[in-house]
Amino acid sequence: MSAWDRFVFSFFNLDIARQYLPAIAKGFVTTVYLAIAVIIAGVLLGLVLALLRSFRSKAVNFFIILFADIMRALPPLVLIILLFFALPYAGLSLDAFAATWVALSLVLAAFAEEIFWSGIVAVPRGQWEAARSTGLTKMQTLTHVVLPQAVRMTIPPLTNRVIAITKGTALGSVVALSEILNQASSSASQAGNATPLTVGALAYLLLFIPVVIFGRWIETRFAWKK
Amino acid sequence: MMDAILQNFFNLEIAAKAWPFLLQGLWMTLLLSAIVVPLGLLAGLAVAVLGSLKRKWLSRLLVVYVDFFRAFPPLVLLIFIYFGTPFLGLDIPKLLAVAIGFLLNTSSYYGEVFRAGIESIPKGQFEAARSTGLSNAQTLRYVVLPQAIRNVLPDLISNTLEVIKLTTLASVVALPELLNNARQAQAITYNPTPIVLAALMYLLLLWPLVRVLSRLEHKSVAMH
Repeated sequence: MSAWDRFVFSFFNLDIARQYLPAIAKGFVTTVYLAIAVIIAGVLLGLVLALLRSFRSKAVNFFIILFADIMRALPPLVLIILLFFALPYAGLSLDAFAATWVALSLVLAAFAEEIFWSGIVAVPRGQWEAARSTGLTKMQTLTHVVLPQAVRMTIPPLTNRVIAITKGTALGSVVALSEILNQASSSASQAGNATPLTVGALAYLLLFIPVVIFGRWIETRFAWKK
Repeated sequence: MMDAILQNFFNLEIAAKAWPFLLQGLWMTLLLSAIVVPLGLLAGLAVAVLGSLKRKWLSRLLVVYVDFFRAFPPLVLLIFIYFGTPFLGLDIPKLLAVAIGFLLNTSSYYGEVFRAGIESIPKGQFEAARSTGLSNAQTLRYVVLPQAIRNVLPDLISNTLEVIKLTTLASVVALPELLNNARQAQAITYNPTPIVLAALMYLLLLWPLVRVLSRLEHKSVAMH
């Protein structure tokens, strides 16, 4: 067998691709499901934390900043492994999906909180005061004046962060969550052939190339006018 | 209850036993970072500078390169390289496989950051610099890049933080870095203390970077 034939046989073997496609498709569904759950929980929690922080209570803010710092400093894989392998010793067992979901959501929440907070701070103080002086309550000022501007500024960095953390769903394979990567690599070792890995890689491209291009579009769409 | 927590998560005896092993892992983590960060910065800079030349086919090629490797989760890239290459009859050392995987990923991100920096410099500055007789390369080196890099410094630091956190993925292919050694120590001792200890080491290592970053980010927002 020539080197080229061996390459095609090992990486683009159609028979093997066909055989393992269903398993990888199943992983694809899990990945999408997990990604959506992480995005919803992470962005919502981040927004809530940023809003809480805007009330400027010293004690509350101390804990929010501490949380955000720790979650941004800790590698997500370390967090997943802590939740999955260490937490059971405290009598609390999470399955692979829950551990990955909780870990990634916490990390996303920390980054989202910082991004939303930057946006809130970027709205000049005078606008708060002007809005309050027209008789709007604090809450109304926040929802009608500050947030609409803040959210607009935060969309590009938030999109990038969401994409980066969504790719972290692949880390679930380390705790044997049967998402794309795990399905692909166990299929590859079962088949003794790298083709399932190729199929898995293509599945990720299928999922993320549109997302990356969408992120690029968002970036120009919401760019600062110079 | 408190005793049980201490026994399981902060067991000093086990911590002392695992410590030298974890320290070894920390060195590998630092070594890997010391390889990937500078090379990634250089490759990213090259991607951005080549992109700024405005050769149509070259720019397109670079966009494809950058988007391709940003779309792949780094762990997928790593597994593909590490488990895929033996099928080609290649046997590359673990550290090399890991470094290549991370570099492909990281150079794309650094490339995007540098590109944003170069694009933040008004076109008039290129023209002014060129009109004083500076060559293209000199304009880039003395006028554009110093300002561009300053403009995107927070993003460069943020990406560097991500790269160091990324090194934990090497544990998946059993490269003996900090997380890998912590997990092995846990498996041997049946006690999660080594993982907790490793998490604290990561925090200690990376928290200063997070603080610097927070300060820079809030400053840059306040300037708008």
